Parts: sequence; C-alpha cells; structure tokens
Amino acid sequence: MIQVTNLTKRYGPRTAIDDLNFEISKGEIVGFLGPNGAGKSTTMKILTGMTSASEGSAQVAGFDVFDSPIEVKRNIGYLPENPPVYTEMTVEDYLRFAARLHGVPKNQIKTCVSSAIEKTNIGDVRKRLIGNLSKGYRQRVGIAQAIAHNPKVLILDEPTVGLDPKQIIEIRKLIKSLGGDHTIILSTHILPEVTATCERVIVINKGKIAAQDSLSQLTARVQHVNTYKLITRVISPEALAALKAIPGVKSISESLSKTENELSIEVLPNAGDVRERITEAVMARKLGLLEFTSQKISLEEIFLQLTTEEKL
Amino acid sequence: MKNIWTIASRDFKSYFFSPIAYIVTAGFLTIMGFMFVNILSYFINQNMRSMEMNIGKGASITEGVVSQLYGNMNVILLFLVPFITMRLFAEEKKNNTIQLLLTAPVTTTEIILGKFLSSMLLVLVMLGFTLIYPIILFLTGNPDLGPIFTSYLGTILLVGCYLAFGLLFSAMTENQIVAGALTFAFSLFLWVINWASQLVGSTWGEILNYLSIIRHYENFSRGVINSADIIFYFSIIGLGVFLTHRVLDSLRWR
Repeated sequence: MIQVTNLTKRYGPRTAIDDLNFEISKGEIVGFLGPNGAGKSTTMKILTGMTSASEGSAQVAGFDVFDSPIEVKRNIGYLPENPPVYTEMTVEDYLRFAARLHGVPKNQIKTCVSSAIEKTNIGDVRKRLIGNLSKGYRQRVGIAQAIAHNPKVLILDEPTVGLDPKQIIEIRKLIKSLGGDHTIILSTHILPEVTATCERVIVINKGKIAAQDSLSQLTARVQHVNTYKLITRVISPEALAALKAIPGVKSISESLSKTENELSIEVLPNAGDVRERITEAVMARKLGLLEFTSQKISLEEIFLQLTTEEKL
Repeated sequence: MKNIWTIASRDFKSYFFSPIAYIVTAGFLTIMGFMFVNILSYFINQNMRSMEMNIGKGASITEGVVSQLYGNMNVILLFLVPFITMRLFAEEKKNNTIQLLLTAPVTTTEIILGKFLSSMLLVLVMLGFTLIYPIILFLTGNPDLGPIFTSYLGTILLVGCYLAFGLLFSAMTENQIVAGALTFAFSLFLWVINWASQLVGSTWGEILNYLSIIRHYENFSRGVINSADIIFYFSIIGLGVFLTHRVLDSLRWR
C-alpha cells in the first residue's frame, strides 16, 4: 500500500530524513516512533504531498507521490500536527466541506459526514463553532476530517495530543478498529500509544530508521539481559559473593543503606530460571527478604536504547 | 470546476462569518453615497448656472456624474480591496488550514482560482449595491446606458488586477497586515507608474503609460470597449495568478 525507497529530504544544509526505506502493506497499523525532530512529520508530509522530497521516491496505493499527486491525495486522509480546522465554521459545515474537497459525491456526503461524526464521538458538538471547542474536541474534529472521505490510507501525526485520558483510550480504540479496512500510519513520541495500537513500529532517529519490527521482536532484540530487583534488610559481603556465584548471574549493582539494601541483579537471558536459587541463597543467610521483583524492560528503555545506541 | 466552486463558496461564506464583509461593504457604500450626493449636487449647480448665464449646455450627465462617480469608485476600491484579499492565504497559513487544501485532491490552480472567485464575488456584491445610483439617474434624467455598463465592466477588470496581486501578497506571508499593506502599495504604484513617463525617454514613457492600470480604464469610462484594454487586464490578472502559483509551489519545496 505504501512503499518508500531511498527517501531523502534536505532543508538547506540540514538533512531532515536520510535515505529512508520501508514498506507498509494493506490494513497494517504502523507507528512512527522517534524523538522530536527525528523526521516523522517530514516523512508524513512527503507522503501526503505537502512537501516534496529531495531524493528517492514514495508510492501510495499504487500511485507515485510525485508523478500523480492528485490520485495519491484522493486515497489519503491526513491529520497534521495541528488540526487544520476553520474556527469560524460549525463542525458539520466543516466536515461537509472537507468531504466535498476530497471528492465525495454529493449524494454520499451526508452519510460520510454522519458516520465520521459518530466514529469520533462528536455528535454533541456538531452544530457548534469549531472556534468555541476545546483542544480535545478540535483534535477529534481533525480526525473526523481525515476519515470523512473513507480513504485507503490514514496518516495521523500525533493523533492523541491534547486529549484527556478517556478520550485517548477512545481514539486508540477507534484507530484500532479502523485498521484492516484502512492502512494507518501514526506518529508519536508517546510510547504506550504504540503498544496500545500498532502492530509494527518504525523507530526513526535523526532522519534514519533505527529499527523496524513488530513489537514483540523489538523487545526481544533489545533485551539482552533480565534484571531482578532484590531488597533485603541486611547484606554481607559473603552473601553478595554467594549471589554472584550463582551460574547465569552477570553482575550485581548495589545501593546500600542502614535499613534497606537494594540489589539489582542482571541475569544472562540464556541462563534459565535462576529465581529459586537467588531466594534460597537469601533465605539460607537470613538476610530478611523485603522485596523480590522481576524487572521487565519497558518500551521507553527500548526506545532510549535504540535512539542513543549509535551516539554512544 | 467543481473544486474551484467548493473552495470559492467556503471562502465567500467565511467573509460573512467574520465582520470583514459587513465593514468593508458598509464603508464602501457610505463613501459612495457621500460622493454621489456631492457629485450630483455640484453637477446640478453647474448646469443651473450655465442655464442662467445662457452660455449653452453644461457637461452631460455622463461626463458630469457617471464618469466622475465610477472614477472615484475605483479609488475607493483601491483602498478597500487589500482588506478583502489579505486574509485569503495568510490566515490559512497562520491557522494551518492551508494543509487541508494542499493535501486535498485539488490542484494549486484550483485553489487560487477558488480564492480569486470568492473575493470577486464579494466585490460583485458590493458593486451590486451601487446599481442604485444609475437607477436614480435613470429615474430623474436620461443618462447613456453604454458608459455605465462599460464603467462597471472596466471596474470589474481593474479590481481583478488588485485581487490577483492581493492573492499573491497574501500567499507570500502569514501576516495579514503585511499582505494588505503590500497589496495596497503595489496597486497604487501600478496606478501612478505613468507619472514618471515625462521623466524618462519617449519609448520608456510609452511603456510606463501602457503599464499604468488606470490608463486602460479611460476607454471604459467613455463607453468604449477596446480589446487591447481587456487583454491588458487579463494579462495582469494572469500574471498575478501565475506568480501566486509559483509561491504556493515553493511552499512544497521549502
């Protein structure tokens, strides 16, 4: 559905995106993940025909973005970073205009607009001026605008910005439900969003693709070690040495205080389960076990690792 | 064509959602009414005096009222058109709504023509109200219909030039005041450019005379439709639209 080859964009001497290559097939929901200024928005702008690329090519729904921009635009629904809403219009008028502008036939405009209103749950403000709406509602009007003409491809630039937690959950649900019929790209720097909605992640950093994989594989790729947190009342050098001696334990870092000792135990992933042996060692020495937890590596850490790895 | 109308009708309606349309139209009609009363009473005074002193007929109603009135209307429009055009692109750029237009399946030319049409429609509404003056003249005297008709035609073409450059300057900035000021300065400059014709040589003088947008209105005001004038106005409008197209395209390359 979307194919990007050797895409490069330079703003003067600054390279915003550098030789991007990726492919997105029909019905996929893909997350663009990256820190601010990584080139997410630029890539989206090129796909939507807002900006032109310096080099390389991009195809959407079988049409080249540069050779047949009108056909590409007909197949895309786009929500920019700031929703492109006319503040002096009512929600309904605005959506009707957006649908007409995207070539929806006259007799279908009414159905398209009401279904977009229903999906984004903005029925209670449909007659109100957009200028009087809160940021969350405006954002949802922006999403309604993007889906009003029922496009094959949806490109959403940070779709949940400015929404309250309940709305965020609703919009994520909506995006998930739109997948399948629509191919969706969404950009975000909010990591749980990716976990909640996307099937695949493309991590962009400094204009380059740092990683592109399904979520589970991405986690596996970064997770070299398992980490356990152990808090005990007392600790002795002898106990520490015993813990270190357990096969599979890679290293132990400690932060000690008078009342509690926190140990962070890193275990090699191929070592098998070492939890029993750790607890046994602690119990045998009567160290006073207060807490023993397994620390799963979070997406934040994956993100940080992927985007800082090259620099270090 | 459908796309042009979609954009034009939205922009036209939006003039009336904001105070712009009302204020510009009200200002325009107030000044026009003031001028009409004064031109007409001056004309009547002059005619009475020449009749009393028996020195033949005074100026005709066409020369004395019609061409005066519409000549002055062009000056008022020169002042008011920047207020109509300044928002067209500048506001869209400021509010990001330009992104909706640029990512919709419409061509840049359709966007520009839609905006041009919307502002022209507002001007036509304003001009529509001024039809009351020729109606009054016809009810009380017998002016020639020809010069009145051609004055309107010439005015529409002349305003078309202001609008085209208004669009251009509006596309160049996201600051409406800057767009308006540039439009006014540039239109006024094109108006008075032939003043320098005495300073420069005869060839350049002729060129400057030709470039002055008001010189091409003179024929219309006399009731003459000259294809050269129409072609001139259409070329100026075309130039404005073309340059606006370049500016909007450059947004994509930046």
